[in-house]
Amino acid sequence: MHAVRLRELTKDFRVGFWRPRPRRAIDEVTLDVASGEILGYLGPNGSGKTTTMKLLMQLIYPTSGSAEILGRPVGDIDVRRRLGFLPESPYFYDNLTAQELLRYYARLFGYDRHEAERRADSLLDRVGIGDERRLHLRKYSKGMLQRVGIAQALVNDPEVVFLDEPMEGLDPLGRRDIRHLLLSLRDEGRTLFFSSHILSDAEAICSRVAILSHGRLIASGRLSELGLRVRGWELAVTGIAENQVSRLVPAADSIRYIADGRHVIELPAECTPEAVIATLVGSGARILSLNPHHETLEEFFVDQVTRQREQDGGRRASV
Amino acid sequence: MSAVKAIAVHVFRESVRDRVFYNLVLFAFFMISASYSVGLLSAGQEVKIIKDLGLGATSAFGLFIAVFLGIGLVSKEVERRSLYTILSKPVHRHEVVLGKYVGLVLTLAVNLAVMVVAVYGVLGYISVTESEEFKRGWEAPAVDPAMLTAFFLIFVQLMLVTVIALFFSTFSSSIVAAGLTFGLYIVGHFNAELRALQDVVDAPIAGFVATALSYVLPDLAAFDVSADVVHAQPVTVGYVLLTVAYAFVYIGALLVAAMAVFSRRDFT
Repeated sequence: MHAVRLRELTKDFRVGFWRPRPRRAIDEVTLDVASGEILGYLGPNGSGKTTTMKLLMQLIYPTSGSAEILGRPVGDIDVRRRLGFLPESPYFYDNLTAQELLRYYARLFGYDRHEAERRADSLLDRVGIGDERRLHLRKYSKGMLQRVGIAQALVNDPEVVFLDEPMEGLDPLGRRDIRHLLLSLRDEGRTLFFSSHILSDAEAICSRVAILSHGRLIASGRLSELGLRVRGWELAVTGIAENQVSRLVPAADSIRYIADGRHVIELPAECTPEAVIATLVGSGARILSLNPHHETLEEFFVDQVTRQREQDGGRRASV
Repeated sequence: MSAVKAIAVHVFRESVRDRVFYNLVLFAFFMISASYSVGLLSAGQEVKIIKDLGLGATSAFGLFIAVFLGIGLVSKEVERRSLYTILSKPVHRHEVVLGKYVGLVLTLAVNLAVMVVAVYGVLGYISVTESEEFKRGWEAPAVDPAMLTAFFLIFVQLMLVTVIALFFSTFSSSIVAAGLTFGLYIVGHFNAELRALQDVVDAPIAGFVATALSYVLPDLAAFDVSADVVHAQPVTVGYVLLTVAYAFVYIGALLVAAMAVFSRRDFT
């Protein structure tokens, strides 16, 4: 059984005041998410990720098509006992403490006061909220609120967790913490469905991705299978002089001095970074980091849409 | 029902934390200063005036709580998107509406109880400090239990205003909902005049529309028995029961309508 199953899910919104007309936000999306996997639901802003999440939480109703979670329709109350949800940029009640907020949400699941308290404390420990749990939420930073948000999504020990842009607005440390938390949830056997417009988030944790553009699902599968091109490499090194770097790596697109003897070398896509690293290390350099410059999601979409149009045009010409 | 209870308790706690009860301090200050001024200006009428002021102020302060908290129950939660997390839990949408209404009625009840104690406190002070000879000129005792009837009907009226605010907030923004609720509150106090319009205008269609509207719109003037209580006129149990029954039918209908609208709504 699939954890999440979408079949030709479509949502039209009516726009305009005097003469409302439909605007398609989600266009016949069909997608399956297997139990125990982390699916990255990717797309640029406005592509329909949040609309899909809202359809799955039945915050909005579909125009046509269907959505199931754990084999039951999304509106089923029993299904909601088995799922967790973190909305995008969540707002929680400013005047409550994190402890009170979690107890409140636990009570909505029907847990008694004692059990609600136990779950609240244990989850706040898990997401790293210490004594601050007794402070009002208005005093929390964005990162802390996001952790509280994840804690509330786990208050019922869910089988499937939906996270809408969980990394949004977080600093690098916060992103790392959330990434670790999501991986630990996967290790516990939970299914994760998370949306993001940042490709690197998906690369770090997703077993599979689905890519959305203008409400249409344009690709899904493993990232490596999608054919996202590497546009180049960024190599950070130290312990070597700039003139030496340019001599050892003549293929470099650019070499930038950062500070304290650190340099960043931009390498073209066709270059083999392993060979460059071996050369540099052999000359006494120390490697600080190596990052691929992937084609961005936006570039990927443009490429896909252009190809689609070319195919359609070619087909018409042959007819 | 545990979800309704949890939501109601949460609404009450939020109201307390939102400093709603600060209005009680303002109310107490108003009552004490008004009593002092009345004592200086009126000759032998201060008890009547203070009763009038107390009942009027209770109604006005309660109205502001009912409207501003009532509209915030849903529309603010939608605007802030705090509703999303609640609706993703195993809670029916109608339970959210019901829980929020019950929580606000609880807040109103506590507010009103404190106001009643404040009004009776001021009246009790006058009763203790005035001479027996002076008291003989009063139509009713200062600490008159009959006033509880007026306070009770104010409470029922505020329950009705709250459900009106809640109903409007299920499909409109906070500002629109506040405007519509205040508008209906004002119109609701002229319901009898609306009904009498057909006797004074020479246009049968206008008269018919006015009469039809008077049956649809809430008759809020029916809940105001202040003049009777202040002037020691009896308010019969039958009248109170009928008025409460009317309110409960109206509240029930609007709650069902609010639940229906809320259950079908897209939270975009």
